[in-house]
Amino acid sequence: MKYVDEFRDGDSARVLAQLIKREVNPDRDYRLMEFCGGHTHAIFRFGIVDLMPDNIRFIHGPGCPVCVLPAGRIEAAIKLAEEHDVILCTYADLMRVPAGKKDSLLKAKARGADIRMIYSATDALGIAQANRDKQVLFFAIGFETTTPPTAAILKIAKAMELSNFSVFCNHVLTPPAMAHILDAGDAKIDAILGPSHVSTIIGSNAYAACSEAYGIPIVIAGFEPLDVIQSTLMLVRQINAGTAAIENQYTRAVSKSGNKKAQAMMAEVFEMRPLFEWRGLGSLPESALQIRPEYADFDAEQRFSMPTIDTAEIKGCICPAVLRGMNNPDECKLFGTACTPEDPKGACMVSSEGACAAYYSYGRYRNSEAIT
Amino acid sequence: MSRLDIKHGVIEMAHGSGGRSSATLIDELFVRHFDNELLNQGNDQAAFNVPAGRMVVSTDGHVITPLFFPGGDIGSLSVHGTINDVAMSGAKPLYLSASFILEEGFPLAELEAIVISMAKASKDAGVPVVTGDTKVVERGKGDGVFITTTGIGILPEGINISGDLAEAGDAIIVSGSIGDHGIAILSSREGLQFETTIQSDSAALHSLVAEMVAFTPHIHCLRDPTRGGLATTLNELARQSRAGISIKEISIPVKAEVKGACELLGLDPLYIANEGKLVCIVAAEDAEELLSVIRNHPLGKHASIIGHVTEDQHHMVIMETAFGGNRVVDWLAGEQLPRIC
Amino acid sequence: MCLAVPAKVIELHGDSAIVELDGIKKETSTVLLDEVAVGDYVLLHVGFALERIDPIEAAKTLKLFDELKELDKTL
Repeated sequence: MKYVDEFRDGDSARVLAQLIKREVNPDRDYRLMEFCGGHTHAIFRFGIVDLMPDNIRFIHGPGCPVCVLPAGRIEAAIKLAEEHDVILCTYADLMRVPAGKKDSLLKAKARGADIRMIYSATDALGIAQANRDKQVLFFAIGFETTTPPTAAILKIAKAMELSNFSVFCNHVLTPPAMAHILDAGDAKIDAILGPSHVSTIIGSNAYAACSEAYGIPIVIAGFEPLDVIQSTLMLVRQINAGTAAIENQYTRAVSKSGNKKAQAMMAEVFEMRPLFEWRGLGSLPESALQIRPEYADFDAEQRFSMPTIDTAEIKGCICPAVLRGMNNPDECKLFGTACTPEDPKGACMVSSEGACAAYYSYGRYRNSEAIT
Repeated sequence: MSRLDIKHGVIEMAHGSGGRSSATLIDELFVRHFDNELLNQGNDQAAFNVPAGRMVVSTDGHVITPLFFPGGDIGSLSVHGTINDVAMSGAKPLYLSASFILEEGFPLAELEAIVISMAKASKDAGVPVVTGDTKVVERGKGDGVFITTTGIGILPEGINISGDLAEAGDAIIVSGSIGDHGIAILSSREGLQFETTIQSDSAALHSLVAEMVAFTPHIHCLRDPTRGGLATTLNELARQSRAGISIKEISIPVKAEVKGACELLGLDPLYIANEGKLVCIVAAEDAEELLSVIRNHPLGKHASIIGHVTEDQHHMVIMETAFGGNRVVDWLAGEQLPRIC
Repeated sequence: MCLAVPAKVIELHGDSAIVELDGIKKETSTVLLDEVAVGDYVLLHVGFALERIDPIEAAKTLKLFDELKELDKTL
C-alpha cells in the first residue's frame, strides 16, 4: 500500500528509536499526550511502547468522539428510534457504547429498533431516499475530520428537499478540548502529539493559541507508526530545548491553513454551540457545533423533542479522570473486574482505542512479562 | 405427482408438512442432486457399517447472509464446514446429514442452486449426504434458508489430536492466507460496497489433514479458524492447553487485497473468518518437514510457520509486529465492526 | 480518531471518484476538494476524500528516514 507501507518500515523505526534513546535525559520523565484515539490505536497495534525508553510515557487523550459522547445523547437517540419508529443511521463505532441503564444501540437493535450501521454519511441519504414514508435520522459524531462529510450531505439534503431526513449533530471541536485538558493543570503534560486528520482539515495554525497560552510544544503527527515515532523525537527535542512551538511532521497531508473548502462547507451549515456536555470533561463552552437556522429543517433536535437525559457515570467509574490523563486505567476500582472489553462500564473501555481497552490488553502483557 | 416449478416456484407451507408436496420437493430437488445409494433408499435414516475404531461426530448450523457470495454459497459452506470440523480431530469424514429450514416464499431456483452446490462439494469431497430433513417456517421467520449439517468420521489408530495438547516449544503452522472469506462476505454485503476480486476460501480440508497425519503422529492440535479468525483460534488453543503463544506478524500470509480492505474499514485480518484454512500445532522437530507436506497439497501452497507455543501462566497470544514491537493479540470482545475512528 | 487511508484516484465522475487501494476499488465523494486528478492519492475517510497527499512532501519525509538509516550504518 503506497504511502502506508513505507511509513511502517521496521528498520527506520529502530534507527529513530535509537536516536530517541540517545537524546532523552535519563533524569526526567517525558509525559506526552497523544490526543487522538487513532494514535492510541497505532501505538498499541504496532507495539511502539516497546521501542521507546521507559521514561517516555504516552498519556491517552480524549480524542475519541465515541468516548466523549455523553450517554444521555445515545439514550435520546435510542428513545427516538423506539418511540417514533425512526430509522436511525449510525457509524458502527457507536453500537456497543454503554448508554446508561445497561443499554446500547446494539441492544436496542436486538429489541427491534431499526438501527442501521453505515460506513459513509452518504449512505444515510440513500436510506432516506429509499424510505420516503419513514423518518431517517443520521447520528452524526466526530471531530473536525468527520464534520465536513456531514456538512456535505446536509447541503445535498437541502438541495433535494429530502424532507424525511434529519441529522442529530454531536460534532465536537479539538482546540477547545485541548485547551481544557491543559487548563486543568493536574494532568502534568509536557507535550502533545497532535491529531493527523483533524489537522488536515483545520490546519496546523489552529493550535497556535493553545501552544502559546499553555507554553507546551505540539507536533502534528501523521497516522503511521513511523510518523508517531518521528513526532516523538521532535517532541523530546523541544522538551529538552525548552521550546513551545507547533511543528508539523505530517507535511504530506497537513498545511498551515488546512482544507479551506471543507472549512467553508462546515461554516455554511454549522455554527458554534454555546455549551456542550462532554462525557468525562463536563460542560465546555464553545466546544461543539449545532446546525444553523438556514438548515433547521434538517436538525433532528428541532424536528423532534430530544430532551437532554442526564446520565451519571456508573459508580466507581473514573473515565473522566482517565480521559484527562490524570489517572491510569489500572487505578480504577472497576478495571479488569467489573469493567472489561466484553462488559464495558464506561466509554474508555468500549472503544478499542479508549485508554482502558488499550491498557487492558497491553497492560496485562506488560505485567505478565514482568512476572515470567 | 405434479412436478416442481423450479424456475418460477417458491417454497410453500405444504412443502414442510410431510405430505405429497414434501415428497415432491425432496425427490426432485434433494434426492435428485445428492443422489447416493444410502439416500436413494428413501428411509428416514441411513444404516451402514463402520470400520472399527473411534468415531467422531460434529454438527454446525449455517445462517450466513448473503446466501451467495464470491467463491461459494451457504450450501458449499455447510458441506465444507462440517467436513472440516470432523477432519480437525484427525478423523476421516464418512457421511453427512443435512437439515433445511426453509422460509415460505423462498424461490425454488435459488434453493436448487444451493443444493447443486452442496451436491458438488459433497461429491468432490467424497463425503455423501445420506440423510436429511426439511421444515418450512412462515414468511418473515427465516432468512431464506438455514442449513444444519452433521458429519461423522472415523479416527485412525494412534491419532490423538486435541486443543489441550500443545506443549511449550511446539511450532504453529497456518495453511495459507487469512481473512479471505470474511472480506469476500463483507464485499457482497449491502452498505459497504467495495469492489474486490477476493473470493471466499471455502474448501474441504480432509484430504490435506489425511496427508498430514499420515506423515507424523506428533501433531498435537488442529483447528480451522472460522468465526473470530486466527486470533480467536490461537487464544482458544492457548487457553485449552494452558500455555502461551508467540507469533511473528511477517510470517502470517495475508493477501494484499485483504490488507487493503482491512485498512479501509479499520478491521484487523487476524479476527476475520476463514473457511478453508487450518492451524496446526506440531512438535518442533517435525515442523519443517510437515510444512513441506502441507505446501505440496493444493490447499496448502502458502502455508507458513508463524510461531511457537510458550510457557505462560496468563495464556496470552503475543505477536511481534512487522514493525518490531510486540502487541497482544487478545480475545475479540463482541463482533468486529468497521470503525471510523 | 479519524481513520483515513491513502487511496489512488483511478476514475473521476463529477462529484465522485473511484479510488483504489491494493486492488480494492471504492466509490468516494470529492466534494471536499477543488481539483482532483486521476493518479492523485487522496485520504479516504467515511466515503469522502479529505485531502490530496503531497507526493513531494511525502518523498521528503521518506528521504529523511533513508538518510538516518545511512548514518546509522556508518556509526
